[in-house]
Amino acid sequence: MDDLSGFPLKIVGENSPMVSFKRVRKAYGSLVVLDDLDLDVAAGEMVSVIGPSGSGKTTVLRMLMTLEKINGGVIYVDGKPLTHMAQGDKLVPASEKHLRARRSDIGMCFQHFNLFPHMTAIQNCMEGPVQVLGLSKGEARDRGEELLELVGMADKKDQHPSRLSGGQQQRVAIARALAMRPKVMLFDEVTSALDPEVIGEVTNVIRKLVSEHNLTMLMVTHQMGFARDISDRVCFFYGGKIEEQGPPAELFGNPRRERTQQFLSAVKEAV
Amino acid sequence: MFDWLFTDDWFPKFDWRWDYAWEILPRLIEATGNTLIAAAAGYLIALVLGLAFALAQRSQNRILTFFVREFVEFIRSTPLLLQIFFIFYVGPQFGITLSPWVSGMIAIGLHYSCYLSEVYRGGIDSVPKGQWEAATALNMTTAQTYKRLIIPQAIPPAIPGLGNYLVGIFKDTPMLSVIGVAELIHTANAIGSETWRYLEAYTIVGVIFLALSLPAAGLIRAFEGFVRRKLGM
Repeated sequence: MDDLSGFPLKIVGENSPMVSFKRVRKAYGSLVVLDDLDLDVAAGEMVSVIGPSGSGKTTVLRMLMTLEKINGGVIYVDGKPLTHMAQGDKLVPASEKHLRARRSDIGMCFQHFNLFPHMTAIQNCMEGPVQVLGLSKGEARDRGEELLELVGMADKKDQHPSRLSGGQQQRVAIARALAMRPKVMLFDEVTSALDPEVIGEVTNVIRKLVSEHNLTMLMVTHQMGFARDISDRVCFFYGGKIEEQGPPAELFGNPRRERTQQFLSAVKEAV
Repeated sequence: MFDWLFTDDWFPKFDWRWDYAWEILPRLIEATGNTLIAAAAGYLIALVLGLAFALAQRSQNRILTFFVREFVEFIRSTPLLLQIFFIFYVGPQFGITLSPWVSGMIAIGLHYSCYLSEVYRGGIDSVPKGQWEAATALNMTTAQTYKRLIIPQAIPPAIPGLGNYLVGIFKDTPMLSVIGVAELIHTANAIGSETWRYLEAYTIVGVIFLALSLPAAGLIRAFEGFVRRKLGM
C-alpha cells in the first residue's frame, strides 16, 4: 500500500462531490486495470461510462461497491472515505465494519440481475430492508410494493425470478437496490444481457429515476443513444484512464480525442 | 452318470422353514426399529456437523480451516469400524465411558458428517458468485448471506448426494453390532447362535434392507423436486 499522507480525511465544502475517486489504482498482478483514476461525481449527477471492453469501466463500479479491493488511492463517498478509514490523522485500509457502515450509501444493479431465485419479487425487495436496515416486514413490504409499482412490476410481485423475463428481472433488481435508499446508484451494463425488445422497459425505468429522483448515478453502458439521452456527463474510458469526458452532446457530437472518435465510429458501424 | 449330482450328501440341504421364519420375524422387526433409529440419529448428527464442517472449511480463519480440513481427511481415510472401536474401547482409557448406543451414534455421525461436508461444499460452490455480490450490494453480513441466500440455494442441488449417504448410513448400521447395539445383524446373529439356524434370519434381514433401500432413490428424487418447487426454483 502506497503512502496515503496526501489524501484528506474527509472532503468538506458546499459543492463537495458525492463520489470522488482520488488517484485510484487497480491491478490484477501486472495487469493494470485502473491507472491513477481521478473522477468526481456531483450529487444528483448522472454519469455514463463508456469505452471498449477491458478499459476498466466496470471495475470503477465494482470498486465503488467494494466488490474489489483497491490497490492505491482513495475513494470518497459523500465526503467520507469509503475504501479507507481515519485512524488518528492517517488513513488506513477500511475494516469490514467500516465498509458495512459506508456501503449503505451505495446500491448496484448487475448485468445478470443476480436476483435471489428462491424468493419472489417482493421478497427480493424486502430482504435487504428487513435483514440489514431492521425494518419490520410490514414496512419493508410497503416500501417494496411502492418500488415495484415504480418499476411497473407490481402485478408480478409474487412471482419467482424464474417466471420473469430478463427485462422484468432487471426491473425487480432496480427496485431491490432502491429499497435500501442508497444515495448513489450503480448500473453495470444492465441492458447487456437483455433481448433487444425488452431493453426499452429497463431504460424507461432508469429515465424515470433520472427525471423524478435526485439520485447520483453511475452507469456503465454500451447503449450510446441512451447514454446520450439521459446523462449529464459521459466519460470515455481507455486503458484504465478517462480518455475524454464531457457533456453528451459534446462528446458524441464533437469528440476531440482520436481514440474517442475511433471508438464511436466503430460502435456506430456495429449498429 | 450324473446321479451323484442329485444326492443329498453332495448338495447341502436347502430346508427353509416357514414356521421358524414366522417365529423369529417379530424380533427382527423390532430390531429394524433400532436400525432405523440408529440410521436416523446418526444421519441427523451428520447433517448438522457436516454443514458446520463445510462452513468452517470456507471460513476466513486459516487455522480453523486447516484443522477442519485435516480432520475431515483423516476421518474419510480411516475405516468406520476402527472409529467405532476407538470411541467405544479406547475412550474409557481417557475416562470417557459411553454406552454402545452413544458411542455408535457419535462414530457413525462423525464419520458421515465428513462425507456430507463435501456434499454441502459442492452445493455451496454451485451458488453463482453473483449471489454473493448482490448480498454485498445489499450490505448483508456473511452470516446473513449464508443463512438467507447461500444455504437455501445450496441445498436442492445437494439433495441427491445427501440422500445417497442416507442410504449409505442405513447400510452401515450393522457395524454397530460389533459393540453390541441390538440392530438387525446383531439380532440375527443372536437368533442364529440360539438355534444354529442362520438361513431364515439372515435372509429376512437381507429382504428388510432391500425393501427399505430400494424405494429410497425414488423418494429422494421426489423430495428434491418438492424442495425445489417450495423454493420456487
